[in-house]
Amino acid sequence: MPIQLQVSNVCKSFGHGPQAKLVLDQVSFDLQGGQFLALVGSSGSGKSTVMRLIAGLDRPSSGTITLDGQAVRGPGFDRGMVFQKYSLYPWLTAAQNVAFGMELQQRSRQDIRERTAYFLEVVGLADAGRLFPRELSGGMQQRIAIARALAAEPKVLLLDEPFGALDIQIRESMQEFLHGLWRQTGLTALLITHDLEEALLLAGQVHIMAPSPGRIVRSVTVELDRRDMAQLRLSPLFLELRENLAQSLRSLEPAGRR
Amino acid sequence: MQLAPARLHRSLRHPWTLGVLGVAVVVLLWFLISNSGVVDKLFLPSPQAVWAAGQNQWSSGLLLKDAIASIQRVFIGFAMSAGLALPIGIVMGTNVIICRLLEPLMALIRYMPAPAFIPLLIIYFGLEELPKVLLIFIGTFFFNTLMIMDAVKFVPHELVETARTLGGRGLPILTRVVAPYIAPQVLDTYRINMASAWNLVIVAELVAASEGLGKRISLSQRFLRTDEIFVGLIVIGLIGLAIDLGFRFLMRRACSWAN
Repeated sequence: MPIQLQVSNVCKSFGHGPQAKLVLDQVSFDLQGGQFLALVGSSGSGKSTVMRLIAGLDRPSSGTITLDGQAVRGPGFDRGMVFQKYSLYPWLTAAQNVAFGMELQQRSRQDIRERTAYFLEVVGLADAGRLFPRELSGGMQQRIAIARALAAEPKVLLLDEPFGALDIQIRESMQEFLHGLWRQTGLTALLITHDLEEALLLAGQVHIMAPSPGRIVRSVTVELDRRDMAQLRLSPLFLELRENLAQSLRSLEPAGRR
Repeated sequence: MQLAPARLHRSLRHPWTLGVLGVAVVVLLWFLISNSGVVDKLFLPSPQAVWAAGQNQWSSGLLLKDAIASIQRVFIGFAMSAGLALPIGIVMGTNVIICRLLEPLMALIRYMPAPAFIPLLIIYFGLEELPKVLLIFIGTFFFNTLMIMDAVKFVPHELVETARTLGGRGLPILTRVVAPYIAPQVLDTYRINMASAWNLVIVAELVAASEGLGKRISLSQRFLRTDEIFVGLIVIGLIGLAIDLGFRFLMRRACSWAN
């Protein structure tokens, strides 16, 4: 698979002069087409900043980000984004939310109608199109947000703690849903999460980030049989892998900090 | 006739029941006190007398003429204020530089009591319609603008950024994200500041006018017609209430998602 998204030597600092705070230090990674990659880290590790830089919502202080060889210069629908919360438009129905990006792109009306129906179907909410966001559960809202991002036909789907605001049971079913979606559509996805288990369950490649300044400290390729995710969560192999990584994460934090 | 407790309970739960009851109690007290002879009729005319005075003013056409004059001033002044505050408030809410430039100025003028401008307005524009309309404008424009600016500033970043990652920029974000999000707050801002507009039109008419509800009140004072003053006050209140309810109705219809 060709490299689709390339992040090279990206640094980001906020503020100027002596007060400048380095939040990202030399972050580099590649994302190939159809790959599912996760960035895991505690708060302050700069993982969300990486996501915002890729989305084009912020500019890196140095380093480059390219998508299909083109430098990222600002936000665009080739990088769809799903936020943790509050991102559905409350005055629009679920279907209108899904159609929103396509309308901004000025696609034809028929195209919009067909794709809206299709992506509502893909996220399993074909019957919920007429409902308003406040009538949907948190998990359903996030599925609509994912459908909206996918309908705009992005090359990469950026997921910023997409299930962070959900209850644990719903989170698990959403993880299964997302994995199924990835298999079904072959999308290229980048997931930001603080939840190591979530990252290992979903991503083929996991980069672990550490704070102060934010940087990638460890990268693992995860090869697991994900067909039965409920089973996988409890399998000794998975638990061992998770515990190993969790330990190495803990050892990164100097004793007594925080 | 006895209301079954359940029915009584249900009718008490209707949101308007207690409000109507409150008004009814005050009117009843007014009726009892004014008819008891405890208070001089000159100070507290009875509800019947006020009703009669109101009918009198209605049949002579004065009431309608005055009401129309006042309503017209309020609407022209407030329409100017609301119409100009919307774009300026939105620009101030979205552009930091313009906000820093204008906000201190507006915050300063906002705290100058609008009626204090009346002498200036009379010197500049005389006693015709313009100074009254401008008074309403001055008294509401800065509040409208700053409140709309705040509404724009509180549009959640996620909503704007989502639109940007979906390929939106500039004007479409304004019309398709910011505008619908702030619509309920804008309507509410107008509803609240409309009350000031009513205050100001009466104040302006008390000072100088040939017609209007405020003018009628000040004339009535000259002839010690407290019943007519009451008529004026009640009519002003009712018109204000009607406008308020109109805005609420509009908000419920146009922005049902925000409730």
